[in-house]
Amino acid sequence: MMISPELFQQLIFYVFAAFTVGSAMAVISVKNTIYSALFLVLCFFNTAVLWLLIEAEFLAITLVLVYVGAVMVLFLFVVMMLDVKQAKASQLKQSYTKAAILIAAAMLVELMMLFGYKLSGQIPTNELIRQGQGYSNVQEVGLELFTHYVYPFEIAAVVLLVAIVAAIMLTLRKREGNKQMDAGKQININPTERVRIVSMKAEKGQDQDHGEES
Amino acid sequence: MIEMLNFLIFDNLVYILAIVLGVILTVAYLTYFERKVIAFMHVRMGPNRVGPRGLLQPFADVLKLLTKEIIFPKNANKFLFLIAPIITLATAFAAWAVVPFDDGWVLADINAGLVYVLAMTSLGVYGVIIAGWASNSKYALLGALRSAAQIVSYEIAMGFALVGVLVAAGTLNLSDIVRAQEGGMLNWYVWPLLPLFFIYYISGVAETNRAPFDVAEGESEIVAGFHVEYSGAAFALFFLGEYANMIIISALTAIMFLGGWYSPFTGDSWIAQPNIIWFLAKTSIFLYAYFWLRASLPRYRYDQIMRLGWKVFIPITIVWIMVVAVMKVYNVGPWWN
Repeated sequence: MMISPELFQQLIFYVFAAFTVGSAMAVISVKNTIYSALFLVLCFFNTAVLWLLIEAEFLAITLVLVYVGAVMVLFLFVVMMLDVKQAKASQLKQSYTKAAILIAAAMLVELMMLFGYKLSGQIPTNELIRQGQGYSNVQEVGLELFTHYVYPFEIAAVVLLVAIVAAIMLTLRKREGNKQMDAGKQININPTERVRIVSMKAEKGQDQDHGEES
Repeated sequence: MIEMLNFLIFDNLVYILAIVLGVILTVAYLTYFERKVIAFMHVRMGPNRVGPRGLLQPFADVLKLLTKEIIFPKNANKFLFLIAPIITLATAFAAWAVVPFDDGWVLADINAGLVYVLAMTSLGVYGVIIAGWASNSKYALLGALRSAAQIVSYEIAMGFALVGVLVAAGTLNLSDIVRAQEGGMLNWYVWPLLPLFFIYYISGVAETNRAPFDVAEGESEIVAGFHVEYSGAAFALFFLGEYANMIIISALTAIMFLGGWYSPFTGDSWIAQPNIIWFLAKTSIFLYAYFWLRASLPRYRYDQIMRLGWKVFIPITIVWIMVVAVMKVYNVGPWWN
């Protein structure tokens, strides 16, 4: 049996694409929230592999770093802390179902129309645009980001910063009677104010009442 | 077909096996080294019964762990319980793919090497969280929650320290980062990036859950934290993963700040030649520092860990990145000429 590298690549693509779709379906269909979050992690991973296959290694690794390494950890953290009850079958079959099917159908039609009409003339259907061996994806992304898209990039950064500050301000509250320790005070303690070192002669064992306070 | 098999087996599989076996053997003797170092600092003998000077002790430990029974706690989630140590180990080994041991001695010389390493080391937290949750034990869950918060916090400081290296070297490729530090001790990035160097190493200690940042295990508070319910081979995998992570943090510190395989001396003599031995020696220094810290410092209090990470390390790194950028623009010192 002959397997050419191209066929091998296609095989890998279909395996990981199937995993991506399958785990994405599992995210919304399993009842345990922890499983849901873990399936989302799997979905991100498989998406990263798909991106690697189209030679976007920087984006793929960043996806793993940011979404899997940071965002999903916090997700899992919150899901474990909250007492989320497992969804019952009756809850799932509520009135949302019809609306959900409608929205899903509309999106499917939209996507098919987009790929069928708008893009068919523009993207090469069977061949990927390959770059040479010395081509650095990282450099290319950096150059584009800081020349072409510098304003959107900076504005997005500032918006994120504002969001962080706002989130902290909204959740910060002083509780009455909170005995929080002040780290600055603890560090700036002068040992001589608290401990007295007493030098004393060695004593015999029998008269214990004359022991010193230490 | 034959070509592809050749490529898969001789260009990759052999090297992968060499790296994995090397790391496993190093971990085995690292445990022995750790016990000897700590024993020395406690004025004890350390292991000295199995083999000459106790040198076969690691193998005795491995055999003991592998023959022990794996106990599943009641109502534990069996699948996740078993997959957690595998995740820890796999991510610890995966990061080794981009580590350059010597000039050209690297399994995957990829352009985004630094980001890849950061991504892989940050995935290790899943092993801890899943283990803590699947064990169905309150101590394990407490350990997992502590660990998750700690690792996520220190990852930010660690990432910023790496941004400093990235600004200094102008590349994400680990081999190129080492090549940028060629030419004697003074050209290493440890000097212009001194605060980042310390922050990276300390964050690395915190990321690997080692003393004094070992609140995830905290024997005296929550028994053994996330792996309290693990025994036998499953526990051995956690152990292996933790030590492999320690080695990789040490190796990366050597690569990014101490010039990897380059000699500290300049000139034409044999001692100034770049060699893998320099890389291994630098890595060993940081491994020793791990045990030194463990033997001499008490465990941090949880709020102090968070304070150190968020209020001390992150501001320092942000300021120092700007300092590095300015130094680079004005071609300061022997580093950017």
